[in-house]
Amino acid sequence: MLLQEVATAAHPLSDTIAQWMWLLPVLPLAGFVINGALALFSGYHRGPADPAAASHDHGTTPGHAHDDAAHAAAHAEHASPPRHRFAGLVSVIGPAVLFAAFGLAVAIFGAMSSTAHLEQPFVQRYFSWMPAGELQIDAAFQLDQLSMIMVLVITGVGALIHLFSVGYMRDDPGYPRFFAYLNLFVFFMLVLVLGASYPVMFIGWEGVGLCSYLLIGFWFSDKANADAGKKAFIVNRIGDFGFLIAMFLLYANIVSLDFVGISQRASDLAPSIVTAICLFFFLGCAGKSAQIPLYVWLPDAMAGPTPVSALIHAATMVTAGVYLIARSAVLFALSPVASLTVVVVGALTALLAATIGLKQWDIKKVLAYSTVSQLGYMFVGVGVGAYAAGIFHLVTHAFFKALLFLGSGSVIFAMHRAYHATHSHADAQDMRNMGGLRRFLPWTFALMWIATLAIAGIPPLSGFFSKDEILAGVFARAGHSELAEASWLGIPGGPLLYAVYGIGLFTALLTAIYMTRMMIYTFHGPNRTGDAEQKHLGEAPWVMTLPLVVLGVLSAIGGWLNIPELFAFLGPPQWLHHWLDPVVGAPTLRVAGGEPAHLEPRTEYALIGAAVAIAVAGILFAVARLRPSRLVPKEQAVPEHGFGRVLANKWYVDELYDRVIVRPVVGVSRRLLWTVTDTWLIDGLIVNGSAKLMTFFGRIGSFLQTGSVSTYAWAIVLGVLVVLGAFTFR
Amino acid sequence: MIQEALFFSAVLFIIGVAGVLTRRNAIIIFMCVELMLNAVNLSFVALSQLYGIAGQVFVIFVMTVAAAEAAVGLAIIISIFRHHENVDLRNINLLKG
Repeated sequence: MLLQEVATAAHPLSDTIAQWMWLLPVLPLAGFVINGALALFSGYHRGPADPAAASHDHGTTPGHAHDDAAHAAAHAEHASPPRHRFAGLVSVIGPAVLFAAFGLAVAIFGAMSSTAHLEQPFVQRYFSWMPAGELQIDAAFQLDQLSMIMVLVITGVGALIHLFSVGYMRDDPGYPRFFAYLNLFVFFMLVLVLGASYPVMFIGWEGVGLCSYLLIGFWFSDKANADAGKKAFIVNRIGDFGFLIAMFLLYANIVSLDFVGISQRASDLAPSIVTAICLFFFLGCAGKSAQIPLYVWLPDAMAGPTPVSALIHAATMVTAGVYLIARSAVLFALSPVASLTVVVVGALTALLAATIGLKQWDIKKVLAYSTVSQLGYMFVGVGVGAYAAGIFHLVTHAFFKALLFLGSGSVIFAMHRAYHATHSHADAQDMRNMGGLRRFLPWTFALMWIATLAIAGIPPLSGFFSKDEILAGVFARAGHSELAEASWLGIPGGPLLYAVYGIGLFTALLTAIYMTRMMIYTFHGPNRTGDAEQKHLGEAPWVMTLPLVVLGVLSAIGGWLNIPELFAFLGPPQWLHHWLDPVVGAPTLRVAGGEPAHLEPRTEYALIGAAVAIAVAGILFAVARLRPSRLVPKEQAVPEHGFGRVLANKWYVDELYDRVIVRPVVGVSRRLLWTVTDTWLIDGLIVNGSAKLMTFFGRIGSFLQTGSVSTYAWAIVLGVLVVLGAFTFR
Repeated sequence: MIQEALFFSAVLFIIGVAGVLTRRNAIIIFMCVELMLNAVNLSFVALSQLYGIAGQVFVIFVMTVAAAEAAVGLAIIISIFRHHENVDLRNINLLKG
């Protein structure tokens, strides 16, 4: 412990701006406090009673100039409801804290990249949190290359999504509450990635779960949304149980829960214990990052506002599981069985979610299943020990999936506004009600195509590089690595990894198909929104388009973070790989079997060619097969039949869980726990029963109280005689 | 001498106990209680010959307490009499379960 203190004091970052890293989470926390106070103390505020007067006020206020542009289609008679009383203040504070945090993160990043010798993480201890005997847990933050990348993604993408939310949520009565939750989420997310030990990370882990619950059920007056929030919360509890057990096992075996201590002592662990710890950690990941069997909450989480889906359920929170495995790389590298489990579950999740995505009609549901599928890819990456590749895909996915979600938000915003203007109650999220939107939303159209090509893996967009890196990693390790020599449930690792590679490739095909399908049905073909509604369709205000543009640029060029050696002519190769080397380099090497996983250039070219060919084939197949002109609006649609119906119903997994888990649990709760245990045993026997027993004894005892003094006198005398007799004749 | 005194004290005490147990009139019972107290006083005084002055000191205490008790007890009996027109303990049994 003392040695570490000395090391911390001498750390090269200790006198740079990095010592301000505690400010990173504190800034969003301050935003939460202020916005939360505004939300609490303003209460629900409807604003002026006369909507026409309100809209007139808005129009003449210079500060609301974009208001006119936004509602050019909706004229005075369809004026938006008055905004929240503190909307202006909240719109400044909410995004501002995020931009400030991002600025600080960039400054710290600058300090880190200009500092040499950063092999050791920079740990800052603030106070002793749980000093309990041998267990010493400090409230401490740890800055290293991995958490730096995560902080940059969270604050950067988070800031853009906050900005988008200013436009998207502008008329919501819960405007300050929304920003308060969003800021709180960013706070917890930063605690998660900056925590220097598993317990500190767990605070963030639980906190983001809480914020996810609060934001999924943001419009809680609708029961479906509240239920979706509950589902997410309960399913995540199962995963958190795994996280806790893993921490207990770590403590029981090496009495250390901070990352530095674990990396020093991990080799003391028995192989079976490491496997158990890793599997329990992976259970936690499966909950948080929506993997089989716990992925069911994520599609339902789309009940929340779209910026929430973009920030929490695509870009940041759901990738926490990937981060956890990369952070625990030291442990996972010791257990080939656990790593292979991660790979297999990730691959199957990627495939399953992609098949479901083929037949969804809700634009956000398509993206939700796409997210689950891409998370599966990331797990395949970190599972095969290509930790840098997994993190790389995490970063690029954050860019293009946030862009896709925000783009869908822009579409939904336009659709909702159009339906609002004509007082229609049609579904603003159903693709069957869209079509031909490229004429009305040209910016969104172009930017979402960039993201679609990126996720499909078309070079030179970001998704191509990251997905290719993962697939190449799998292929390389299938030939020679620790994993290839291990076996999983009796299956040898090598063939298993080749199969996973095949699944990955096939999933890439499906990805290209369902994403192209979504784009074709949304933006191409004839418009199915309705004749009256078409007049009200239009691009969103600049606060919503600007983040899209920035994310579009990032989605396009994000691949330059980690260019393969093969394409070294494009720029400095493998930057992210080298950057993350101090954190995950040793475990990567260990999994790869002592030497870096390497492929012959010819093989690598063949793999890249196959991946690109598959992506192009998927897109062409979708373009050739899908006929948007034959689609009809949602109300006239005929139900699916055959296998398409199975996919549209998500393989009936929800129904299966309902039958196998939910209903038995509810049935046992109602019939056994409620009527027998609670009503009969606890209420009847224990609570009321003991009370009745005491009443009975009391009634008997009360007969002794006759009120007659002579009886008492007799009792006293007899008592005295008994006592004296006992003393006399003992 | 002590033996006789203790015997006499025991007789007086038993008479008092018998009176408390058998009589119904509150005044009589009260007097029987006083008799029991004074029987004890007698044995205190008698035993103080053997064991020192403490026994006689106790007697003073007992008499003081008995006087206070008499004051309170007689007052209660008087108020009961005002209520019931007699002091028969068979009628006084309101404090029961």
